Amino acid sequence: MAKSRSIASRVFKDRAFLWACLVATNVAIVVLAVLLISIFWQGWDTLSWKFITSFASRKPSEAGILAPLMGSVWVCTICGLVALPLGVGTAIYLEEFAKRSWFTKIVQTNIMNLAGVPSIVYGILGLTAFARMFGAFGTNVDDAYTIGNEESFFFLRIPFGSSVLAGGLTLMLVILPVVIISTQEALRAVPSSLRSGALALGATPWQTVWGITLPAAIPGIMTGAILSMSRAIGESAPLLVLGGLLLVFNTPTNLMSDFAILPLQIYNWAGRPQDEFHAIAASAIIIQLCVLLFFNGIAVFIRQKLQKPLQ
Amino acid sequence: MTSPSTSSDAPLCDLTQLGRPKSVSARTWRERLIVGTLAIAATFSIFVTTTIVVVLARETIGFFEFPDVSLVEFFTGLEWNPLLGAEKHFGIWPLVSGTLLVTVIAASFALPVGLISAIYLSEYASPRVRAILKPGLEILAGIPTVVYGFFALTVITPLLQKANPFLETFGGGDAPIAFGNYNAMAAGLATGIMILPIVCSLSEDALRAVPRSLRDGAFALGGTRFDVSVKVVLPAALSGIVAAFLLAISRAVGETMIVALAAGGIAQITANPSAEVQTMTAYMVQIFLGDAPATGVEYKSSYAVAATLFVMTFVITMIGQWVLRRFREEYD
Repeated sequence: MAKSRSIASRVFKDRAFLWACLVATNVAIVVLAVLLISIFWQGWDTLSWKFITSFASRKPSEAGILAPLMGSVWVCTICGLVALPLGVGTAIYLEEFAKRSWFTKIVQTNIMNLAGVPSIVYGILGLTAFARMFGAFGTNVDDAYTIGNEESFFFLRIPFGSSVLAGGLTLMLVILPVVIISTQEALRAVPSSLRSGALALGATPWQTVWGITLPAAIPGIMTGAILSMSRAIGESAPLLVLGGLLLVFNTPTNLMSDFAILPLQIYNWAGRPQDEFHAIAASAIIIQLCVLLFFNGIAVFIRQKLQKPLQ
Repeated sequence: MTSPSTSSDAPLCDLTQLGRPKSVSARTWRERLIVGTLAIAATFSIFVTTTIVVVLARETIGFFEFPDVSLVEFFTGLEWNPLLGAEKHFGIWPLVSGTLLVTVIAASFALPVGLISAIYLSEYASPRVRAILKPGLEILAGIPTVVYGFFALTVITPLLQKANPFLETFGGGDAPIAFGNYNAMAAGLATGIMILPIVCSLSEDALRAVPRSLRDGAFALGGTRFDVSVKVVLPAALSGIVAAFLLAISRAVGETMIVALAAGGIAQITANPSAEVQTMTAYMVQIFLGDAPATGVEYKSSYAVAATLFVMTFVITMIGQWVLRRFREEYD
């Protein structure tokens, strides 16, 4: 008798836990739904083509996001161009070439730690290292060293100041650990029999990596790269430290241009008390979410279509 | 050496197309050059960490050299008001307390909900349900934090304020509970929503890594699904789950945009979730957006705050890695 009661109580516990599970899981879904609905509710009316193609303004009805949108494109392109080769290279070295030594162990632990550093700290690093270059070239912007002329695309000024180049490099620091870790996971998923096969046929280690391992790992690497780029698009704290909230009335023309980025423009508008600004902040969020959804969509597509089982 | 097993029908790559250099020594040199370049790339991450430490240390030392700043006050002082008042006080505790309050609120929402969702996804859900829930969580994970800040400000806070008349009737006393336009609760909840996907997906990874045989054994002994998942699988995955929790907490500690938008700007020591608090990150935002001169003591104080933040998150991350290494259960 006692036994059957204990079974009853265990079954009851099982049922109760299942209900707790359903509630907890639904919380996440409900929150996501409320978030998206509330943002569309607030921002749909003020969203228009004119909103995307006009510059900032003191009047919310005339303000637009062209400058921050193009700023985001510039900064994220620079970030990707530096972070992806550097991150993938590091991961290849750690996974395919490095011998297990104290040095590799330190590098690995260090990368995990870098992934946990708050992004605002990277902003301070970017401000000191890229924007001011540790003060080694003086602090006055006017007597900075310049390379090339201002008309050209690769005009350089040292120190970089709060330019798109400094912004892109700062974001690069933020996403670098993410790129490295996801690439390492993609490389680890390639079965070692493929490598052994190539080596047995007389390929050198690098030929094995370039011809066999990398092509097999490319879908995983690309998924990780796209997800880290979508992180870069949404990251705003480090660039806030770097340049503050700038009102920019032109799109970047060279590497030294001032810039605004979309998330910071959202922060700027969301932080004001008037409802009109909240509305256009919500409109800007809709654009931002569309860009992110596009990126995540590509990542999901790659994962579903290109990833063929290798084992 | 075992013979290479080819699984797919077509070879992945034709080795004759790889473009061989003519001589063996040229090939060796090319090889060394490439590996050397890759090694330099790998060293870059060490360089980044070193620079962070050096920059923070240098500027923090500069901060403590100011006459009205003392190391003792910084670590024991209960007042932080560099921007107002005639007498400036630099005691870090109000900022730490604000950060902890927001983090505790976030964690007490996200850790249980995230863990239970993870157990559901890993042990209960059918593949069809997973196929719907996982992308939902991924979307939640990809939303920029500034959006959560906006959500806290325009949705969560007004909702909390609906409870104000009720709270005023029953609460009261010395510290009345009524939600203002900025409060720790809204910021904490939004931060909790932000870290929820991290808790959930990392815990789920840990749970799924537990071998099937353990579950089969527990079921064979007559365990219910609850017994199996909570009494067998959960303890086996505990190290991974604790590491996931710690990672999520360190994210909450370092979160900036949500608290800058929704938590307010008063640095005070309080456990009242309806109060306005300032976190370490929000203070840094205030300084870098403000017009404090770059050589002044207020400006330099943000570096000392950043160093404190860096040390806190570093310690949390290290504990997480230690837990993973030390308490990992190996089943093979």
